[in-house]
Amino acid sequence: MPAPGAGMTQAHPFLGLTDSDREEMLATIGVASVDELFRDIPPGVRLQRELDLEPALSEHEVFAHLAELASRNVPAGGQELSFLGAGIYDHYVPAVVDAVMQRGEFLTAYTPYQPEMSQGVLQAIFEYQTAICELTGMDVSNASGYDGATVAADACFVAKHATGRSKIVVTEATNPQVRQVVKTYAPGFGLEIVEVPHSDGVTDPEHVARAAVDAAAVIFQQPNFFGCLEAAPDLAAAAADAGALGIVHADPLSLGVLEAPGRYGAAMAIGEGQAAGNFPSYGGPHYGFLAAREQFIRRMPGRIVGETVDAAGERGYVLTLQTREQHIRREKATSNITTNQTLLALGGLVYLTWLGPQGVRELGETCLSLSAYAKQQLVERAGLELVFAEQPTFKEFAVRVGRNAREVVAAARERGVHPGYALGRDYEGMDDVLLVAVTERRTPAEIDRLAEVLAEVTR
Amino acid sequence: MKLIYEKSQPGRRASTVARPEGLPEAHVPEELRRKDPPRLPEVPEFELMRHFTELSTRNFGVDTGFYPLGSCTMKYNPRINERLAALPGFAALHPLQEESGAQGALELMWRLQEILMEVTGLHAVSLQPAAGSQGELTGLMLIRAYFESKGESEQRRKVVVPDTAHGTNPASVTMTGFEMTKVKTDARGNIDVEDLRAKVDENTAALMLTNPSTLGLFDENIEEIERIFHGAGALMYYDGANLNAVCGISRPGDMGFDVVHINLHKTFSQPHGGGGPGGGPIAVRDILEPFLPVPAVIRKDDGSFGLDFDRPQTIGKVRAFTGPFGVFVRSYAFLRMWGDRLREMSEAAVLNGNYVLARLKDAYDLEFDRLCMHEFVLSARTMKKEHGCTALDVAKRLMDYNFHPPTIYFPLIVPEALMIEPTESETKETLDAFCEAMLAIAREAAEEPQLLKEAPHNRPVKRLDEVRAAKQVVVKYAFDDERETVA
Repeated sequence: MPAPGAGMTQAHPFLGLTDSDREEMLATIGVASVDELFRDIPPGVRLQRELDLEPALSEHEVFAHLAELASRNVPAGGQELSFLGAGIYDHYVPAVVDAVMQRGEFLTAYTPYQPEMSQGVLQAIFEYQTAICELTGMDVSNASGYDGATVAADACFVAKHATGRSKIVVTEATNPQVRQVVKTYAPGFGLEIVEVPHSDGVTDPEHVARAAVDAAAVIFQQPNFFGCLEAAPDLAAAAADAGALGIVHADPLSLGVLEAPGRYGAAMAIGEGQAAGNFPSYGGPHYGFLAAREQFIRRMPGRIVGETVDAAGERGYVLTLQTREQHIRREKATSNITTNQTLLALGGLVYLTWLGPQGVRELGETCLSLSAYAKQQLVERAGLELVFAEQPTFKEFAVRVGRNAREVVAAARERGVHPGYALGRDYEGMDDVLLVAVTERRTPAEIDRLAEVLAEVTR
Repeated sequence: MKLIYEKSQPGRRASTVARPEGLPEAHVPEELRRKDPPRLPEVPEFELMRHFTELSTRNFGVDTGFYPLGSCTMKYNPRINERLAALPGFAALHPLQEESGAQGALELMWRLQEILMEVTGLHAVSLQPAAGSQGELTGLMLIRAYFESKGESEQRRKVVVPDTAHGTNPASVTMTGFEMTKVKTDARGNIDVEDLRAKVDENTAALMLTNPSTLGLFDENIEEIERIFHGAGALMYYDGANLNAVCGISRPGDMGFDVVHINLHKTFSQPHGGGGPGGGPIAVRDILEPFLPVPAVIRKDDGSFGLDFDRPQTIGKVRAFTGPFGVFVRSYAFLRMWGDRLREMSEAAVLNGNYVLARLKDAYDLEFDRLCMHEFVLSARTMKKEHGCTALDVAKRLMDYNFHPPTIYFPLIVPEALMIEPTESETKETLDAFCEAMLAIAREAAEEPQLLKEAPHNRPVKRLDEVRAAKQVVVKYAFDDERETVA
């Protein structure tokens, strides 16, 4: 005998209407059935069958299903010791970040179009803009972009309109994902992209100076994709001397120890915010940050929060300079962006508040010394060769492994260590090069383990 | 309330950072070293929590109350989705992990793609775009690539956009190098087909249409529109902002659309986070598939899942990696909890929309008196003329009743517009309470208009001066030394 209630359709937990509610509502509307509400849809475009989807799952079933899927991934910190970076990093995310981001008042709000309902998120974004300006040494920050790649495309758009030029110079030592996105956006923006090669892992300022003639912008990354420190002030100067905007793609967590782009003449500072307060999450969602000198504020894409007063003269916050934006300016807008990455940027603000000025410097120093130790161990214990041995680095460095690096990754993973990123995936002639990232979460003992495993699998 | 920077005291901190000893010193050239530390806040951990908790109490979300913000589909965001997205197997997974170490993530994305294909009635999906507006951009790039492949890209420069469209549509047209042709709305709220016919020719690349439109109306002439565009060799782009009305009822692919973006943060419950993250996957007809962004998420012949970068005709990448994966986890879980009952979601959304419309249409102006879909647009035009109260005043007064206001002054073709979208996830009691508030406000406008004009009365702030913010631009905290400089 079936259990009582078996076979009956249960009310869906995400709906709130009873059968009698429905009857009353249909009567108020003046139609006989729910189906009649759809009478304006021509029969020819009505779906004449049920959707071919699997049966609805209960919460415990959906949990079991997704937990099983999750169990078939190999995340950092589980069964695998990870030195994988290349733009997304395994920095620690403190519990306060989760706690704040999970507040329903933040989590389930829309873009703050009605400021009196949204002072919490507006003030938080104002504080975030301040933190980004402090980190980068810039005057203005937007409320975030999609990620570290799309903010580069956004910055190109600003540069094109600020200079009236259409050539964009990008260094080859800039993250390949960033370069690919800029190239995808370029035809629509009417931009020509010119890449400047690296020499021995860094970019030659004279090379940039030549390429920057008639350019709208020069984009370079600091530390660059190989982990090397560029002569950033010289690159920014080469751009500025040619009348181009120097745009620095920066690792936010390097800026406790490395000079702020605004202090060495860059026009804009952009970057991937993930390292500062977001989980890797297989590539997103994260926040891209975009900050600039004051003169570019009216050309900036995205939301910006400004301070104002209310009718009683009290301080408050609103979305401002909205005449730049698509909902007012439409086809003449500085960008089509509307939804950005506010919640992730909020996570970033909480993280930077948690770190504070000493924390951000100490974290950078720890990354520096741990990666220096890793370099030493890989050379001395694993017998590997640093590819750009002459260059100072921050938390990531390139090492030659003597055979195909993808095979080395596979072999090391079998021993429970993900040793890094195979640079041959993006760079010709680097098939035997591994990019190794060392964050504050790695211990000297774990680095010893990396050296041990690489010694085994490269021999 | 104070800014976090105003609570800061040198020497306080919320973090400690491990500093292993006995490690070699790293060399950083002096000219590259930071000279002055960033003035980040200095607070102990409990002050941090109190600050952000207090900020949250000055914010309003779907978890707080009814949020009928038109065109934004502010539905309930199930908490199970948060638990799932935080599983270490998802949250700590690196996007460059080898395929063999990401099979669960790849399978999840592949399964989500399959569901989105069925819901939209199209043939292939890219999950990469980060939001609806980036989906638009990607879709238009695909259309450009398609016409380039046919040698028609020089000729087909025009994209037709109705006057009811979201501002993102025209902005996306410009950002992809197309030119916009605007088309009018007719007396029933449909696209003016005669106007359209005159504007579509061999130079037209595409139509961008939101259907149901931002008026909350399904275009009754959609079949004729399809014949006009495809007859002229042009393509059709579907802005999926209003997909919540038609899941399981009518599919964009069956309406004739060639490319669709789906707002995962609207229809499929990704929480909007106060302005993101979102997700804007695009679904396309087979003719556009070769141009989709890389990498594509595929199921291989051996049943395993992988990333395919080998797409010679791809437009490239619009965002890093494969897209905002955490958003996919949430939307996939949501879709599996609806499963084959998804149609009930849209039916409830449309029933709720029509019920609220029926209760309010005598108290406010209604430009197009038809059954609506999941949302509808009222106007405070008469109220403004007779009592001097505007749509803005109505919105601010609603706050005093503890409701989030609807979208106002949009779409642009309706003066004093109030665009109301209840979504499916409300009880009748909540809908009735909202209707009572709207009716009370209509009476107040006649009897005591100051109540509206001075609203809100019980929020943490009074009405804010947006004009001043745009004129005296202050977009970051002025530390003490900077204030002195200014003075």
